[in-house]
Amino acid sequence: MSHFLYRHRFYISRRVVQILILTAYFGANAYGWTFVAGNLSSSVLFGLIPLSDPFATLQMFFAGAVIATDILVGAIVVLFVYSIIGGRFFCSWVCPVNIITETAAALRRRLAVQEKEHALTFSRNIRYWVIGISLGLSLLFSLAAFEMISPIGIAHRGVIFGFGFGWFFLVAIFLFDLFSQKYGWCGHICPLGGFNALIGKYNLIKVVHDEEKCIYSLACIKVCPEVQVLNMVGKYSAPITGAGCIKCGRCIEVCDNDAFHISIVSLAEQLKERS
Amino acid sequence: MSKLNDDKRRVFLQKIVRGVGYGAFGAIVWSSYLSQSQANNLILRPPGALSEKDFVSTCIRCGMCVEKCPYDVLELSTISDKVSIGTPYFTPRTDACRMCPDIPCTSACPTGALDLPSVTTNDDLDINRARMGLATINTQTCLAYVGLQCTMCFQACPLTGDAIFLEKERNERTDMHALLKPVVNPDHCTGCGMCEHACPTATTSIRILPLAVTQGDIGSHFIVGWEEGDESRLVDTSKDVTLDRTPRNKRSALDNVNDEDGILDDILGGIDK
Repeated sequence: MSHFLYRHRFYISRRVVQILILTAYFGANAYGWTFVAGNLSSSVLFGLIPLSDPFATLQMFFAGAVIATDILVGAIVVLFVYSIIGGRFFCSWVCPVNIITETAAALRRRLAVQEKEHALTFSRNIRYWVIGISLGLSLLFSLAAFEMISPIGIAHRGVIFGFGFGWFFLVAIFLFDLFSQKYGWCGHICPLGGFNALIGKYNLIKVVHDEEKCIYSLACIKVCPEVQVLNMVGKYSAPITGAGCIKCGRCIEVCDNDAFHISIVSLAEQLKERS
Repeated sequence: MSKLNDDKRRVFLQKIVRGVGYGAFGAIVWSSYLSQSQANNLILRPPGALSEKDFVSTCIRCGMCVEKCPYDVLELSTISDKVSIGTPYFTPRTDACRMCPDIPCTSACPTGALDLPSVTTNDDLDINRARMGLATINTQTCLAYVGLQCTMCFQACPLTGDAIFLEKERNERTDMHALLKPVVNPDHCTGCGMCEHACPTATTSIRILPLAVTQGDIGSHFIVGWEEGDESRLVDTSKDVTLDRTPRNKRSALDNVNDEDGILDDILGGIDK
């Protein structure tokens, strides 16, 4: 049992953090708790620190809205944090949709759905195109386009304020991820994930691979939601610098020989790694 | 070598074109939903809201106004409501705005979509400046207009006497009673909806409609001459007025009468024009 807990130490901590954050927001609305208010689009922490989704703010700018100081400061605070710990940290530790898609992925492994080759495969770069399209549509419709359909917003607002028919959308994503495309939403389409990846690309906290300890079990490859970032596994020792890494820690916990560890990697080292 | 390059180019072009195809498909489906989510002029917004179009683009959909509403009057729209998703609104028939003097909803807004200065007088919050909508009375079903005693809306109104006042009129039918007809004064009505909530008819006979739907505008063609300063409305109107004048008929009166269909014009080839 303790072996199971150890093998899932990040997985369980992430679920706990995600659910605690959801509870805090839910409680703010339902019971008037004061340490956080709002939702993932824009919040106020401890009644003082503004937090705003930089991608939503950018869309609002494209939609022609006057960006208020609170929102701008909130977006800068978030950008600052993301540039240090990585934007996709949000995806694995905060985002409620992550719970849905990782459950779908786990079930997919259990049902062995991914063993077959599929005719329909998506490029992981779709998300960057979706960013472009959502900014274009924001300009065209004077609306923050992605926020209108964002399952993250639907899920989070749903938990806090009630779903309506919004949960249809979440079921659709679950089924898409389960049967159609592995990590389809989070790893291929979600423009928020793409945006967070871009702004947090040179963050300082990285998972580092140690090739000498690698036992070629490929356990990490099997569980990683963004396998393209693990291109060095078994070949050479390097920090995982790919923007896609969501810092979920799955590779660390599933490795039988501790070939991965978390480390602070300075910007200079990262740039040297690239060349 | 050149064959290899050709193949590469073909694959490259195919990828581009396929991407354009996916993108166009996605963008069109997405747009059709977005056009549903655009400004809807039939929605009542919290106090101080910008015009619907600006509101929908400025609101970041954080729901803090809804959280702060002490009476849970405000609701946050979901995907199934016919309101731009994630935005606050209220339905007076279900529950009306209680006009909190500290305006917690507007004060909580981080984006300015709920504009605090628009409900502030001399640095003090003044909820009575809110213009969420305007009460409109259906005089065919309003009990007071029909001839029954009611005054429910008059009593429910937080600005009673100003926003709704009673017009006393002789009841022609009985010749001994009075009709106490409620009348809304748009100068004072905030659109809080207490009247609509209180109206006892099966379907409400006094209804809050958003200002975009109810508000008229005299425009610059008419002046109420006997009211001092009414011409000040014309100050900002444009000076270069283009008159839509019918061009003067150049034909002789006789031709004009005898040749209504313009046959002569064709024959003469427009000589006398």
